Amino acid sequence: MKKFQKYIFPIIFLILIGLSYLFDFAAGEKIGLNFWMFFKEMILFLPLMFILVGLFDVWVPREKIEKHIGGESGWKGTGLVILLATLQAGPLYGAFPFAYILWKKGCSIRNVFIYLGAFATIKIPMITFEIGFLGLKFSLLRTLITLPVFILIGYLMEWYLKDKNFEVKQP
Amino acid sequence: MFIRLLPTLILMLALISVVLFLIPNETLVKYMGEGSGVKGWITAALLGSVALIPGFIAYPLCGILIDNGVAYSVIAVFITTLMMTGFLTLPAEVKFFGWKVSVIRNLVSLAAALFIGLIMGFFL
Repeated sequence: MKKFQKYIFPIIFLILIGLSYLFDFAAGEKIGLNFWMFFKEMILFLPLMFILVGLFDVWVPREKIEKHIGGESGWKGTGLVILLATLQAGPLYGAFPFAYILWKKGCSIRNVFIYLGAFATIKIPMITFEIGFLGLKFSLLRTLITLPVFILIGYLMEWYLKDKNFEVKQP
Repeated sequence: MFIRLLPTLILMLALISVVLFLIPNETLVKYMGEGSGVKGWITAALLGSVALIPGFIAYPLCGILIDNGVAYSVIAVFITTLMMTGFLTLPAEVKFFGWKVSVIRNLVSLAAALFIGLIMGFFL
């Protein structure tokens, strides 16, 4: 029963959207269109992220993660997580499961948050897209200014969470 | 893990769809456009923080806003908060990081976005 309860709201929402289409209710149709756009994106990227998480879990040994992006990894580790994040695509919530696996394997708190920051704001596959819509100068400046800012956030989060038994949970 | 997250995600996407419908582009231009000053900044930060929206939706949207006279610094705030902070997406984030850390991450990112906008304002 509890399992079913979780699905009540999504089901009500989908029924309402379905009814909107049946009765040509414009607002509902527009919301449905928005939803479909986001849903497509989720269904495209999220399973890929989970496959990546699974492969990472099996193939990459803990010692490697600890050594390269763990607590003692320094600037090289920061560079590595940024590279990893910027090569991936999709919305930030798709990065949460990957952040979990990184943390589980011994990635430092700092690098987990730097990974999230880089994943959210800088994407190598998206750069040309950003330049197309917003211009080269804006895109380059934004990237150059954002980069040090979220590295700083990583340090801040690490400093704040150091002695607080922080853990990334598996939902 | 994916299946267990699915109801939360669908609910979240449904909410985002409704919000996006309630705030059309004309409203965005009205509140962030030329001469909006501090009000434009606040609007950009607040609306950008509603949900986590990925680049391929955020970039075209911001392209439209720039064509309609929204300042580059305001766009920088909007785009950064769109991609980094999401209060509607908190339910998914909380499942991984817990309430406290998720809220802190979002608030720090919000401050960072304002800072990034400020610096962008100097250059553009």
